Amino acid sequence: MTAPHVGRPVTGAAAERFAAGTGRFLDDLGSGAAAAAFVRSPHGHARVLRIDLADAERVPGLIAVFTYRDLTGGAREPLPVLIPHPSLHSPRTGLPLADDVVRHVGEPVVMVVAVDRYVAEDVCRLIRVDYEPLPAVIGIPAARRADHLVHPGVAGNVAARMMQENGDARAAVAAAPHRLTLRLGVERSAAMPMECRGVYARPDRDDRSLRVYSATQAAASLRFALAAILDLPADRVEVVAPDVGGGFGVKLVHPWPEEVLVPWAALRLGREVKWVEDRAEHIAAASHERGQQHEVEVGFDGDGQVRGLVVSFWHDTGAYTPYGIIVPLVTSTQLPGPYRLGAYRVEFRSLYTNTAIVTPYRGAGRPQGAFVMERTLDAIARFLGADRAEVRRRNMIRPSEMPYDQGLTFQDGRPLVYDSGDYPALLDTALTRSGWHDFATRREREPDKRLGIGIACYVEGTGMGPYEGARVQVDTGGHVTVTVGLTTQGQGHGTVFAQIAADELGVAPRDVTVVCGDTRRFPYAAGTFASRSAVVGGNAVALAARKVRDKALRVAARALDVPPDELSLADGAVVANDRAIPLATVAVLANPLRYAFDHRTRQATQFAPDADPDQPPLDADDAPGLDATAFFSPIRSTVSAGVHVAVVEIDPDTAEIALRNYVVVHDCGRPINPAVVEGQIRGGVAQGIGGALYERIAYGDDGRLRTGSLADLLLPTAHDVPEITIDHLVTPSPLNPLGVKGVGEGGVVPVMAAIASAVEDAEGIVLDRMPITPAELWELRQKHRG
Amino acid sequence: MSEHEIELSVNGRRQVVRVPARRLLSDCLRHDLAFTSTHVGCEQGTCGACTVLVDGAPMRSCLLPAVTVDGCEITTAEGCRAPDGGLGRVQRALVRCQGVQCGFCTPGMVVSIVAFLRECPRPSPEQARDAVAGVLCRCTGYQDLVAAVLHAARPDGGASG
Repeated sequence: MTAPHVGRPVTGAAAERFAAGTGRFLDDLGSGAAAAAFVRSPHGHARVLRIDLADAERVPGLIAVFTYRDLTGGAREPLPVLIPHPSLHSPRTGLPLADDVVRHVGEPVVMVVAVDRYVAEDVCRLIRVDYEPLPAVIGIPAARRADHLVHPGVAGNVAARMMQENGDARAAVAAAPHRLTLRLGVERSAAMPMECRGVYARPDRDDRSLRVYSATQAAASLRFALAAILDLPADRVEVVAPDVGGGFGVKLVHPWPEEVLVPWAALRLGREVKWVEDRAEHIAAASHERGQQHEVEVGFDGDGQVRGLVVSFWHDTGAYTPYGIIVPLVTSTQLPGPYRLGAYRVEFRSLYTNTAIVTPYRGAGRPQGAFVMERTLDAIARFLGADRAEVRRRNMIRPSEMPYDQGLTFQDGRPLVYDSGDYPALLDTALTRSGWHDFATRREREPDKRLGIGIACYVEGTGMGPYEGARVQVDTGGHVTVTVGLTTQGQGHGTVFAQIAADELGVAPRDVTVVCGDTRRFPYAAGTFASRSAVVGGNAVALAARKVRDKALRVAARALDVPPDELSLADGAVVANDRAIPLATVAVLANPLRYAFDHRTRQATQFAPDADPDQPPLDADDAPGLDATAFFSPIRSTVSAGVHVAVVEIDPDTAEIALRNYVVVHDCGRPINPAVVEGQIRGGVAQGIGGALYERIAYGDDGRLRTGSLADLLLPTAHDVPEITIDHLVTPSPLNPLGVKGVGEGGVVPVMAAIASAVEDAEGIVLDRMPITPAELWELRQKHRG
Repeated sequence: MSEHEIELSVNGRRQVVRVPARRLLSDCLRHDLAFTSTHVGCEQGTCGACTVLVDGAPMRSCLLPAVTVDGCEITTAEGCRAPDGGLGRVQRALVRCQGVQCGFCTPGMVVSIVAFLRECPRPSPEQARDAVAGVLCRCTGYQDLVAAVLHAARPDGGASG
């Protein structure tokens, strides 16, 4: 019997290619294609008065220059609002190229196509755009004041307003023995994958088709979007995500203006066109996240049990709303975390500002929600003089209460019901692993150091629908190919899907090839986001593989003349008591053929000796081959959970904050590949550390971007991320056959909250916003002292 | 724009190429000579994905005009394989220690670690962390990269266990 591969730290084939240097990323394709570059707005808000192309048009090597006026058809229309919502009362999206007004730095104004990138950038520099600067709305306070409007006709700069309530929270707060009010904030940061965006379009005039390669998280969705916007039949549009160098949400946005313009120009010019973004463009023109301000009222009893929580928050959505209200909706619904709040009311407003658009970035609004909830529990503990961990325990949902309905509608439009989990056990393990109870002793042992410990808990709704699909094929050499519509950007899909298929089919993972993100191979998918791939895609792979398995047993049963239930699959063969047929042979037998083109297919022709002349070669309800497709469509999201504990050491003079220890205890249901799970968690924590201590996208009040390079926008290096201790607890999800829950984002969610708690513990100074830099902490110290 | 014929040895093979004076080494390697492992993540000299070895020393190829390295020996990740054509020990260690996720920073890591281990063949964990600190990685959280440096530095070259 082949040992199960699910649950093991198998390594994947993609890692070997990448280590060898033979990956194929977007810019490795399209050698010889014309290069696109963009003239982008340097202003946060301005009217475009005049575009002078005279000097530019004389540059040798220039192929074409396009402004908004040159665009045709759907490329002239505003980009779609991808996720409409009834609460999004004033949706606005940008044009692929700005017409009369630009609303953030980096917004594309002119497209240049030239023989190479150097020439295209030369041309961009020679194009003179006259702007009339308009007052820029920067930051949530300015957006709320609404002295100026980002969009005419959008009163108060409010794009959306939404309220949800479970119980009478205001009354519960008023009636509680104790009450606190808090103001909390998180500033802007961004996904910053190491590979920027890129698009390469190949029109084929002969068959009137278009192939688009994009560094995207949503190839299948981009295909349908492009077909609609460029008015092409969908079967004439192919979208391929090649190797993609990280996504973290920013590459889920589609279509980007450039994803419309590059294919549009390729069709118009009848030649291949490629655009590869540089980092300065990426910081300015791609999307950001995290900027929110919260006002909290909490009522609680003497034990620290929350009786009522009322949260109002303002979400900075940037200049446009292509992703609707997903981010604040996630914040509002995930804010309660693993806790049973007596009553909860949350209201948010999404505000337009003259800054880059805000779309989901790893965690998608959850880090802000966890920050607010966990800061609130720390405040309660401080008020009561109680242990912070104990206050959390008293509020936690018990395992006996599962499934637990939070009484809210989640981002997928379904009730937010926690499917399974043991939150007190997560907490206990985290406290033990981190030495929480012995920390006072540790502090006494190291009196010359300024140490602090912090804790934060979270839940993460994962694995949402609508569906994902997979095709599983066994070829006549016994090799298995799994094809999914999902893309991959380093999450290890190739490895984990191979493990799932390998177990169902009794083969080794190395005998399974996984194909991702190519609409030529699998046209239907939602995309890689919201920690959903293993849950939705993984179960689709399992279901398709089970169909193939059933067929293999049926075909082999006929060949061996034994009942299918006496057969099993192991070691690449269908096995009876004393006999075995290789899966390769079963694949041959599963496809009755007309022609014998090689030695294998001789067994499968309808003239093979054992063919039954009284039966059709293919049954009426059957299909040729060991080849099946299946879809998995979950009823609602699964809910992962975890507890993080951070230990910081802060320099008494410089206020530099160093992480000494970091402990993660989490539950993502049944882990398919522990190494992949841990890799996802470590990467998430590192991004969380960035958001807590280093990353901040800053604009001046005039709308100019102040952090335009990675020298200003600091990402954590190897020196900034400590060793992370990880422990797993497993409560299988009852919502899917594999019992899995998602893990792609969880690592990032509670990090800001845990570090804020630790810094506060070390300094005795209350922190109400993140990130916190050494300079800011130093100033807080002075203020605190004064 | 003046053009210059330059001669490089890339991964041990002589290459003669004509480049404009402003052409960056990263573009020359990637687009003129098809050594596409040299990834460009920022063009600002900060991310380190484009790191290659110039006469054995790690350098940001996105900051170097190709003409300035005329006559130099260049090593990219493609040139860090084992003599038998399989993965080199640093490459194997990165795969084994799960130090590869999206793969975009990986070539810069490979050449940086190769150069580092030549200077410091038996690093401490702190030194191993220094080895990868010049390249930004957004996926792994670095711990598995540090483990890979230590694994590759083992006396058996990371060949076993």
